[in-house]
Amino acid sequence: METKNKIRVLVAKPGLDGHDKGAKIVALALRDAGMEVIYSGLHQTLDQIISTAVQESVDVIGLSIMSGAHLPICKKLTAMMKEHGLTGVQLVVGGVIPRQDIQTLEQMGVAAVFPGGTAFDTIVTEINQLFA
Amino acid sequence: MTERAPDIHPDPSGMIQDILAGNVMAGARLMRAIEAGNPQADLLLGQLYAHRGNAFVTGITGPPGAGKSTLISALITCFRQKNLTVGVVAVDPSSAQTGGAVLGDRVRMQAHAGDPGVFIRSLAARGAAGGLARAAQDICLVLDAMGYDVIVVEPVGSGQADMEICRMVHSLGLVAIPGTGDGIQSVKAGLLEAADVFIVNKNDLPGATSEVMTLEHLVNLRSVPPDTWQPPVVSTCARTGQGVDRLAERFLEHRGFMTDHGLLEKMRADQAANHFNTLVRQMLLDRIDAWMDRHVAGFLGTAANQANVAADPYRAARKLAARLTAHLDEADETDREF
Repeated sequence: METKNKIRVLVAKPGLDGHDKGAKIVALALRDAGMEVIYSGLHQTLDQIISTAVQESVDVIGLSIMSGAHLPICKKLTAMMKEHGLTGVQLVVGGVIPRQDIQTLEQMGVAAVFPGGTAFDTIVTEINQLFA
Repeated sequence: MTERAPDIHPDPSGMIQDILAGNVMAGARLMRAIEAGNPQADLLLGQLYAHRGNAFVTGITGPPGAGKSTLISALITCFRQKNLTVGVVAVDPSSAQTGGAVLGDRVRMQAHAGDPGVFIRSLAARGAAGGLARAAQDICLVLDAMGYDVIVVEPVGSGQADMEICRMVHSLGLVAIPGTGDGIQSVKAGLLEAADVFIVNKNDLPGATSEVMTLEHLVNLRSVPPDTWQPPVVSTCARTGQGVDRLAERFLEHRGFMTDHGLLEKMRADQAANHFNTLVRQMLLDRIDAWMDRHVAGFLGTAANQANVAADPYRAARKLAARLTAHLDEADETDREF
């Protein structure tokens, strides 16, 4: 609680899918775990996500994706993160993610995947572990 | 646990050069180090200090839900149309229970996320009093040194007396919304006295016209010496952007007025003196906090002290505090000359 260097997380929804209740609830859970969450809202382009992550110097980019486009989005974003020097930033993804895609996402460099139904405790623990 | 090793730049002088050249990554990295209390951040800020003073620093304060963030987003658009670059520092509260925060001001401003002429930084207040985060002023210094023309500071949604913002801005806008006050509210002391521009936002709601009149009345009733800036009242609808171009104009007029009357220089000098005081106080308070963390529990560890505290906490506190205040007394005696 008194730690000055808190984990900063950008919670963003890329693309066109139009509801963010899940992303907001996860933002609250991360707040309750003592993290500072920058909430950037719906319909974010990948350029916006990158530029927000740079300006806010976040440790984690958390994407909520329910459109089915998680594979191309994450592939492009991990490449952009490298290109912009966001090498220390961890990408995590939640939403509607079929189990069989998790390994592919991890191979792309996604640090953790939280498909629908993942407990908040699991999300918090896994994000904390990324910086242990 | 939730602690992260601070990012320390391997090449501080290169980092200074990058920041002065407006490099966003370098600026953001220093901001992170400032918030983390990294001792290297102080050294870098010291080197940036000589490069401050180009930015016009404005503040937008007002109650929660008045539309401050939306208004700032519309203001950014207006300033950008005038080819001015804009830095924003937006502060939201931290949870007193967990220390966490959801920083949501940015949601309203995301339209500008891809614009290289705009830098938006969200800060958690982290328990600081007065509506600002402790790091806010230093982060403004970084934005100033990076070359942003206008800086907009948005404090935590304010009550009547969150005056910290006044210590660091050149021009303060106070946002009111229709139907929230009467004539007595507006003659109270506090932020109302400090505002340079009044904004009645959500002017599509009933009561907007009378709110504007109330505030104009307040401004006109004040007895001020001639040639004093008279705060204008601007009616806006931040959501549509209506009236916000006039608001941007008023801020720039205020800057012109202050420059023409030599007020900007005086204000900068006052704020610099204030900043120095704050730095000294903060350094001392940090030491005191650390001392208390180490020793208060120990003091309370003996049965005798526990009994003393239970019987007369005032006396017991004096006794413990005397260990430090004795040194202050001594310093008071010796530090007459520097």
